[in-house]
Order: sequence, then C-alpha cells, then structure tokens
Amino acid sequence: MKTRAIGVTIRQVIMIGMTIVALYPIYFILITSLKTNQEYTVNQTGIPHHPTLANYVQALTAIPLPQWFLNTVMLTAGSVVLSTIISGLAAYALAWGAFPGKTFLLRLNVALMVVPPVILVIPMFVLMVRVGLINTLFSVIIFYTGLLIPFSVFLLTSFFKEIPSELFESAQIDGCSRFGILWRIVLPLVVPALVTLVVVNVLWVWNELLIALVFLQNDNLRTIMSGLSMFQGRYNTNQPLIMAGAFLAMLPTVLLYLFGQRYFVKGLTAGIGK
Amino acid sequence: MANANAKKTQFSTRPLVTSRPRTPRGLRWYLYVAPMILVLLLIYGYPLVEVVRYSFMAGNPHHLVWVGLANYSSVFGDAVFWTSIRNNISLFVTVPVMVVVSLLLAIFLFEAVRGWRFYRFVVFMPYIMSATVIGITFSYLYQYNGVLNQMLRSVGLGFLALDWLGNVHLVIPSIASVIVWQQVGFGAILFLAQLMSLPAEILEAAELDGAGWWRKQWSVVLPQLRSVIEFFAITELINMLSWVFNYVYVITGGGPGNSSSVMELYIWRNAFFFQSFGMASAVATLLLIFTGILIFVYFRVQTRRESSSAGGAL
Repeated sequence: MKTRAIGVTIRQVIMIGMTIVALYPIYFILITSLKTNQEYTVNQTGIPHHPTLANYVQALTAIPLPQWFLNTVMLTAGSVVLSTIISGLAAYALAWGAFPGKTFLLRLNVALMVVPPVILVIPMFVLMVRVGLINTLFSVIIFYTGLLIPFSVFLLTSFFKEIPSELFESAQIDGCSRFGILWRIVLPLVVPALVTLVVVNVLWVWNELLIALVFLQNDNLRTIMSGLSMFQGRYNTNQPLIMAGAFLAMLPTVLLYLFGQRYFVKGLTAGIGK
Repeated sequence: MANANAKKTQFSTRPLVTSRPRTPRGLRWYLYVAPMILVLLLIYGYPLVEVVRYSFMAGNPHHLVWVGLANYSSVFGDAVFWTSIRNNISLFVTVPVMVVVSLLLAIFLFEAVRGWRFYRFVVFMPYIMSATVIGITFSYLYQYNGVLNQMLRSVGLGFLALDWLGNVHLVIPSIASVIVWQQVGFGAILFLAQLMSLPAEILEAAELDGAGWWRKQWSVVLPQLRSVIEFFAITELINMLSWVFNYVYVITGGGPGNSSSVMELYIWRNAFFFQSFGMASAVATLLLIFTGILIFVYFRVQTRRESSSAGGAL
C-alpha cells in the first residue's frame, strides 16, 4: 500500500513537471508580449508589472500582419478545399471501386507521403518562374494541394472502408447513380472523417514555412509564418513585439486544438498499424 | 467475416443500374481518380524527375546547361555539406530519446494518473504549435542572457549557464532539445492510442501473475507496442533527415558560422541564396536516396516480423 502511494506521488510529480515544461514557452510568449521593451530588459522572467497592449497595436498596424493573415487564410482555404475534394473523389473509388491499378495507386500514395517537400521545391520553383506564376498565391495553393493529397487519400480511404457495403447495395437497387451514392449516402456518413482531415490539413498549411518563404517573396504576399520569421530578423531588438506577433500567429491553431482536440488525435494517429 | 467479404465482391461485380452500356464499368472509376493522378503527376512526378536531371546541370531557371557530375564533385568538396549531413545524423540521437520519453508519458497517461485527460491535452499541445513560433521563442529562452540561464544562475547553477546557441558544440544539442520538446507529444498520443486498443485481459493476466511494474512494462506492454514504436521511430528518423529546416532556420539560421546547417538548409541556401540550382538539386537527389533507404529498411523489418510472427501467433 505504501509503495503504491509513493508510485502515485512520483507519477504526479513527473506529470506536473511535464506540464510546466510543455506550457512554459506559451506562458513566456504571453507575458513577454504584454511587456514594454524597457520592462523586458530588466524583467525577463516575471509577470509584467504594467501590462500593455502596445505591442499588439504595433504588430497590427506598423507591420502588414493583417495582410499576412489574410494571405494565409486564402492559402489554407484554397488548398484544403481543393485537396479534400480531389482526395474524396479518389478515396471513393479506391475504397469501393474495382479497376486495374487500384492497389498500385493506394501504395503510391503511401510512398509519396514520405517524400520530403524540400526535394520538390527546386523544380517547382523553376517551373513557376518559367510560367510566370512565381509570387502568386495560386502557385502555392496548387503546390500545397498536391502535398496534402497523399495523406488525405490514405486517411479517407481507410475511413471510407469502414462504411458497411449493405448501404451501397440498397442504394444501387433504388437506382442511385454512382455519384449519387457518393453525394447522398457516403458524404453524410463521412462528415467526422472529413472534419478530422480538414483540421489536420489546416494545421499543416498554417504552419508551413519553407515553400511560403521561397514562393512568396513579395512583402505583401507573405504568410503569417514566413512574415514572422522575417520580422524576427528585422526587429530582433524588440522581442516583446515579436512575441505579440507570434501569439497572434499561433492563436488560430491553438483555438482549433482547444475545440477540436479529438479530431487532431484521431487524424494524427490514423497512420499506425497500416 | 466471410459473409462480409462475399457481400463486397457481390457489390463490385454486379452491374450498376445506371451504367451506360458502352462504357466498361471499371473504367468509369478512373474519372474519380483522374484529378488525383493529374495533381500527383504535376507536384510529385514532374519534380522528382526534374530534380535528378537538374543535379547534372548548372545555370539559372531560364537557362540550364549539362555539366555532368560537376555538381556532385563541388558538393563533396564543400565542407559545409559535410557539416550539414553530420548534423542531420547527429539529430538521429533524438529518436531514441523521444521514444523513451513518449513511452513513459503514454504509460503514465494509460495508468490513469489523476487528471490524465488534462495531462493528455497538455502533452499534445506542443505538437500542434508552429515550429516557427516555438523556434523563435526558444531562441530567446536559450540566449546567453535569456530565461534559461537566468534561472540556472538564480538556483546556484551558474556554471551551467552556457552559450547554448553561440557555442558550435552546443548548438545542435540545443536545437535537438527543441525538437524533442515538440515531438514527444506525438509519440505519447500514438502509443496511448495503441495501449487503449489492447484487450484488458493481457494486462490483467500480468498483474495476476504478480509481475512487478517494470517487468510488466518490459515483457507485456512493450512487445504489444512494437509496431507502433517502429512506425514512430521511422517517421522521426525521416523527419530528422528532411523536416528540420523550420527549426534551424528560425533558431540559428545555420549559425554560428555554418555549424548548425542541415541538408535542407544547405539546399535552400544554394538554390535561393547562391542561385546554384544544380548543386542544390544534387543534394536534394542524395536526400531522396537516403529517405528511400530508410523506408526500404523499414519495410524489410516489417515484412520479416510479419512472416515470423504469423507462425508464432498460432
């Protein structure tokens, strides 16, 4: 009994320690963003004595942060919507269709999931320069869409396979067309799977840096993350200001996690055992 | 089970009511996969072929000329390339660390320490944060006069207050610690999901046998988690090779000097800073080969285990 109590205490201590380590950087971002630069130089670790929102005001007015936000929202919406539609159609065929090359396509998607994006960046850059699409949101939307597809097809195919086939048979007997089955029967059933996929893909696009950095070099076209990384170099003597920008940049994903935790867990653990 | 399979076959072989007589049924499924194939050809097919071709060429995006193996010999003669590749390999050390820490966290969460739902939420939190945001934040925390060193000095450990990002020997371990900080949550959640799907009898039987805690983890839990541990380890090995640009770029930018450069950063700098697309493509091609080798080994290990456990399971 006594050893058990000790075990419980040790575990609690470890978990509390883990909580502090995991949350401290977030706490640091928040308290630093509320300090003036003068206060920060003398008080880095403590809570702000005179909290101020001046950094947030500056981040939103002196820097094109709202524009970067808008760009990121457009990139995220465009690529997530496109990749979900394309992957949904493909997963429907890959889960239930019978046609030559089906197994190959499924394996191809799994293989492409591990191709590092940095390998694709140079030829895509050369291509976009040649066709005059460099520094356009469109080129990045297409690139992101392609990069999201292998995982999306993989995830949706495994979710689609869970739907009982009886549903299709009765729909076929009722004279439903193949697309009709997808639209009226499959779609309503896979809403949770689609939400899972969208949540995971939004997170990926929102946080992407390399492609955003290379393809969008015009100040007004930057994403929130590439803007922030540039901004870090430009204002490296004003850390509270950068922390205010960092807080705003991560806020949407943190909110998404707060309200959609189970979707994240489901989507990100779907790869195991396959 | 056999019944369900029979039904599936029946579904795929029976003609659809609305199928047009002259189109072979199977072919119409290609309409559904066609958009995917087109996008994959553009985003993966084209660049994968071109990157290998560019690795034998030099010039700018508008004019590339054949130079044979010149890019490879310049790359192999460049000390920064060797530093970069060595740093990627050093980062492999994070993988066993992540596996052990994630396992411990997952087991504690699974054993339902009081408040485990809250802890599960917290454990996963770093993983969803942007690497850019946390990279910038840690670059401040790890500054010579940053929070970490101030804390060390205030508890009398001032001798440990080192120049974490300015010392060429400490910079990679410092970056590695940020990566571990962010990625352990992913491992913990993967392992926890697997533990929760195990049949309760397996663990109960171990307890009835009077096996101690360590013994139970070692001989009962660990073997059950083997395939998911392998999955996590290979995912992270690939990440350490090809998905650390974000951390290095914002934490040090490759410095001091080029001491914390990694292959991705080397590719990026050569292509978009020095405009040397050929050299960058040569390194990208090498990176593709390394990733391929890792995946090949992973599949070999997996299939070998499956074939050996197929007999043992019965």
